[in-house]
Amino acid sequence: MRNHRLWKLGKIAALCIGTVVAAQTAVAQFALAPATAASPSSQIRFNRDIRPILSDTCFKCHGFDRKARKADLRLDVAEEAFKPRKGGVPIVPGHPETSEAYLRLTSTDPDMRMPPPESHLTLTAEQMQRIRQWIAQGAIYEPHWAFIAPKDSPLPAVKNASWPKNPIDRFILARLEEEGLSPSPEADRRTLIRRLSLDLTGLAPTPSDVAAFLADSSADAYEKLVDRLLASPAYGERMALEWLDAARYADTNGYQADPTRTMWPWRDWVINAMNQNMPFDQFAVDQIAGDLIPGATTEQRLASGFNRNHPYNSEGGAIAEEVRVTNVLDRVDTTSTTFLGLTIGCAKCHDHKFDPITQKDYYSLYAYFNQCSESGGESQSSGNVAPTMIDAPDPELAKIAALRAEQRKAAAALAAALPAIDAAQAEWEKAANGTGSFMLLPPTTAPSTQPASPSVAGHDATKPEDEAASSNGPARGVDPSAEIRRVLALDVKKRSAAEKASVREYYRTNVNARFKALNAAVRAAEKAANDLEGKYPRVMVMDDATARKTHVLFRGQYDKPLAEVTSNTPGVLPPLPTGAENNRLALARWLVDPGNPLTARVIVNRYWQTFFGTGIVKTSDDFGTQGDPPSHPELLDYLAHRFISSGWDVKAMQRLIVCSAAYRQSSKVTPDLLEKDPANRLLARGARFRLSSFLIRDQALAASGLLVAKLGGPPVKPYQPPGVWEDMSLGKITYRQDHGESLYRRSIYTFWRRTVSPTSMFDVSARTVCTVRPSRTNTPLQALALENDPTYVEAARVLSQELLTQTSTPAQTLDGVFERLLVRDATATEAKVLLPALDRLEGEYRADPPRALQLLGVGESPRDPSIDPVTLASWTALVNTVMNMDETITKE
Amino acid sequence: MTDPLSINRRQFFGRAAAGIGTAALATLLNRDLFAAPTPGGGARGLPGFPNFVPTAKRVIYMLMSGGPPHIDTLDYKPQLAAYYGKELPASVQMGQRLSTMTAGQKQLVLPSIVPFQRYGKSGTWISDYLPHLGSVVDDVCFIKSMSSTQVNHAPAVTFFLTGAEQPGRPSIGAWLSYGLGSLNDNLPTFVVMTSRDRENSCGQLFFDHYWGSGFLPGKFQGVKLRSAGDPVLYLSDPPGITRPMRRELLSDLDKLNELEYADAGDPEIATRIAQYEMAYRMQAAAPELADLSSESKSTLDMYGPDVLRPGSFAGNCLRARRLAERGVRYVQLMHAGWDHHKNLRTQFKIQCKDTDQPAAALVKDLKQRGLLDDTLVIWGGEFGRTVFAQGDLSSKSTGRDHHPYCYTIWMAGGGVKPGISYGASDDFCYNVAHDPVGVHDFQATLMHLFGIDHEKLTFKFQGRRFRLTDVEGQVVKGILA
Repeated sequence: MRNHRLWKLGKIAALCIGTVVAAQTAVAQFALAPATAASPSSQIRFNRDIRPILSDTCFKCHGFDRKARKADLRLDVAEEAFKPRKGGVPIVPGHPETSEAYLRLTSTDPDMRMPPPESHLTLTAEQMQRIRQWIAQGAIYEPHWAFIAPKDSPLPAVKNASWPKNPIDRFILARLEEEGLSPSPEADRRTLIRRLSLDLTGLAPTPSDVAAFLADSSADAYEKLVDRLLASPAYGERMALEWLDAARYADTNGYQADPTRTMWPWRDWVINAMNQNMPFDQFAVDQIAGDLIPGATTEQRLASGFNRNHPYNSEGGAIAEEVRVTNVLDRVDTTSTTFLGLTIGCAKCHDHKFDPITQKDYYSLYAYFNQCSESGGESQSSGNVAPTMIDAPDPELAKIAALRAEQRKAAAALAAALPAIDAAQAEWEKAANGTGSFMLLPPTTAPSTQPASPSVAGHDATKPEDEAASSNGPARGVDPSAEIRRVLALDVKKRSAAEKASVREYYRTNVNARFKALNAAVRAAEKAANDLEGKYPRVMVMDDATARKTHVLFRGQYDKPLAEVTSNTPGVLPPLPTGAENNRLALARWLVDPGNPLTARVIVNRYWQTFFGTGIVKTSDDFGTQGDPPSHPELLDYLAHRFISSGWDVKAMQRLIVCSAAYRQSSKVTPDLLEKDPANRLLARGARFRLSSFLIRDQALAASGLLVAKLGGPPVKPYQPPGVWEDMSLGKITYRQDHGESLYRRSIYTFWRRTVSPTSMFDVSARTVCTVRPSRTNTPLQALALENDPTYVEAARVLSQELLTQTSTPAQTLDGVFERLLVRDATATEAKVLLPALDRLEGEYRADPPRALQLLGVGESPRDPSIDPVTLASWTALVNTVMNMDETITKE
Repeated sequence: MTDPLSINRRQFFGRAAAGIGTAALATLLNRDLFAAPTPGGGARGLPGFPNFVPTAKRVIYMLMSGGPPHIDTLDYKPQLAAYYGKELPASVQMGQRLSTMTAGQKQLVLPSIVPFQRYGKSGTWISDYLPHLGSVVDDVCFIKSMSSTQVNHAPAVTFFLTGAEQPGRPSIGAWLSYGLGSLNDNLPTFVVMTSRDRENSCGQLFFDHYWGSGFLPGKFQGVKLRSAGDPVLYLSDPPGITRPMRRELLSDLDKLNELEYADAGDPEIATRIAQYEMAYRMQAAAPELADLSSESKSTLDMYGPDVLRPGSFAGNCLRARRLAERGVRYVQLMHAGWDHHKNLRTQFKIQCKDTDQPAAALVKDLKQRGLLDDTLVIWGGEFGRTVFAQGDLSSKSTGRDHHPYCYTIWMAGGGVKPGISYGASDDFCYNVAHDPVGVHDFQATLMHLFGIDHEKLTFKFQGRRFRLTDVEGQVVKGILA
């Protein structure tokens, strides 16, 4: 079967040799094949075995980038590589010994050898052998896999038919069987519920959750648990984390002054969308172009804030257009990395050297994002930069609109009255100049005892009656200054513009009751609208309000425009459907079009990455030719296809993954597995990796009962060592720590200052650029944070307090601690380490009780005075140790 | 993203079974984990690095943020006196881009506001504001033909430290840590300290990305030593936990993690044990390092009156020496307050006074301890300042604007030729007259001193092999000893 498919593939590839055009039309099927290097006798596959070598060592000079191409030679396209040229034929299918390219690769003459010594690139003997074999077998090219739409892969046959729980397992097992490996046994139930809870909600299960799961003997107990977790509000808070990294979400603008913006309603939109299981295509379209959807709802406009989460430079010397262009470039990069898994930033300056993305392609995408009315300028007392919207319920928005209409009406009334007011001013001046008194006014204007207002004592001063008579009210108690008197004495024609203005100002604000009334009405309407608006946050969103022309920019520089381009999608990918208006909304719909070969693969790959630690494509940010090929290509295609045909049902896809036998395996590492597959790419065991620092903190808060489970809202400022913001900002920005429940909210709500990330989070995206691949390092600084951050010391105390009131022996208390943090009892060996440690600590604190009180003073939550401080301090120190166990901070 | 184990699990437990105690085991494990090509233990670098024998093992880089005016400090041009108040010839300016702050005004020449003296056997001319530097000139190599392409602070600093003007690439210290590993096993290998002028005259901030690891793993990023509170965030044990208690608790934790390792078999657990042990050592080493009470009076005096003021540049210079002694490979000092747009006649003198003595003392101190030979010291701004005045050139509030096209920095030790000046500016301190040194050349040379071919130290990220020097950089052979 395998050979048959390869034969078919060979024929197809030979017919429509791997050109860009072929990439869109080829119906090549992937045969089952190991991702590891082919054995000497086996069939070589271009995408798997050869493309990575050529891409890495040859394409930079002999690839797609026309300008960087040396010797006018392309090796990325068969027809070019097979073409005879001076000095020979680069590749002669079937004949490595006469293929000039192969001879150059293997030459020992430094002048002949490729790649040249100055590139510092060398091929291993094994790689050269592989190329030799590939040419000998006919030098069959294949189009890059990721640019061909995924097909519904048939489920492979497996020997061990009892292991698979769902289709995923067929792919995983077929591959393991091919490699002579067998899957690990299923993890025990306690491990499973902890794993699932952490993965789906970011919180360890409560003891009652655990008890219920252990007691559930039904066949679908596991699936029921999955469904319960997927329905939990904590699910959205957990799943939004990665999305915020991709969206470079932060609560400030970054750069010099780093002012605060209010994008958190957008963050809440993401959490809610995830909790409601919004189909991914809608989730994507709303964020890329929600504002352009005909009849867009408030929510859809809010979603478009995705495009505005970039940093914003409002430094004094910044050039507005340069800032604007930087932001548009950022939107292009973020969109392409998040949805297409392509890092096309290279094409900002030149045609991509490895992937078939031209500089023109880049700016054609740029054009979609170039019509936002964002100016690039604006002074920044608030970090929000127009265009913005008010995030309020629709009835409130209607009220605000009504108030604004009133304000406009009042302003119009005032404007309409101005000619009459000016006429009244002239009369007043005449009269005043006659009497010499500016205080006492013509007898027709009886002094009012009430301050002017739109409607006083049945007389509406805003209504024009006898203009001069009614509006020239008394200048009560305000004697014009000598300066005004001086100007008034001048002939009107001789007054300067400033002088005219000062008299007008004096007259209107002190003398003319009608002006005062009308003006007060404008102010009042404005204030009412502002007051209501002020109750709701303003959020930066998108619009398409301009008709800018878009040019290719030399090296991405705002002031170096080259050729004009129009909106378009990259040529290597399927074209936009014809007929649709070619705007950002069309781009958004194109991204999630079933024919788009990338988006579904990229997104399911990231879900896989969330649950298994590494994607099926390890380079989840690069599906281009320089990225890693998928470990299980057919599985990736199967999942992508299924995702699309399910209507982009996110929870269903995630449910499928976590319900697989592959996911449920034990994560124990045996020496044999470590040797055969150290990175666990074949998944002969479950994934085991450290929790993100967000989740480590959430887990500690949840286990201790401190966690305040409140969904959404403005960001909070929990504990942070003093001086961190001040240090960075030279004292200009002060960290004002919150108190009370804000100290115990989930980490996703922690205020994110772009110039200095929250100190209690480590290994996190800096939230300045789109990031879709997690960093998982292991450093001493992380140890210091987990041992000494007051969050953990306080959580250890609060957990101890609670357990000490519920249990009666140290062994029981210890089991309680383990139950809360690790979902299991302490083993006898662990107890043998920890119970003597408890005795030791109690001895130490007993000898120095004030020290116990010092430890118990950490954190703002109250200490339980009914518990002996020595006992409580000893437990606090001990629980802090358990919180630092590798197992506690790891998903097993 | 973790260090690969050099021993496998069976060996690990083989040793454990042979009766080695926990603490000893952790040490043993640590040494094995971090088997270093260099003495002192520390994390490994890349295989094949250094590429050749280095002359520098450590670097202390004093980044003078804001851009010191080369005309008034190091680039002596007596003939400019004749041009006082005259317009800068267009043939010199050559239509180059100026900052928006001075583009609209006439470019009137303001010669050095400070007299110069000759110092040392090399007869180097140094401004009277920098007498202490004068006393070490024969150990110093002046590069008078430095140039950058960036005219604004943040991009210029980012360019100097990461090789690109936009944030996102790894800082020099991160590259060195990645390539060469660590020289010590109780302190970070890349440390940053920041300070500012007394007047807090300039608003230039020190962003985390200046010492970030970019796309390199996060463990390579610089660790900022803070001047107030804990020198490293979360360094102190909580109140009520003493050092001996922490040691015991950590031994308990090691035992629990060893049990977990035996059960789960993940090499990451062994790495974690080692990192917790290193954190413990750092808790002792970092305060010891920050504490200057063991320094002799003569040493303290050498760094000047500011040395004990928390957060002072002088204190940071002395701590930098202590870091170098303790095997910290890369020390980045960032000192703000060199942005003399309006305060050349006022704050500039104080700024020189506050920085001259400590910077010179650092060279002397390293030399007297035999550390200068393999410690590279660098002093320089992200750019220089214009020869023409900003504002009225006779007023008290005159100043100079940013000038990247030619200026002066200096280096000492670490295999750099002492007592020389390399390259030169033109008659107006404006453009490079000969032997230009660009930012990537500077970086290539720094790497060379560490035994690294800058074209070989690369990291593949998003499909491309990145390096510190992007696609440029020539080693400045003329300054190599």
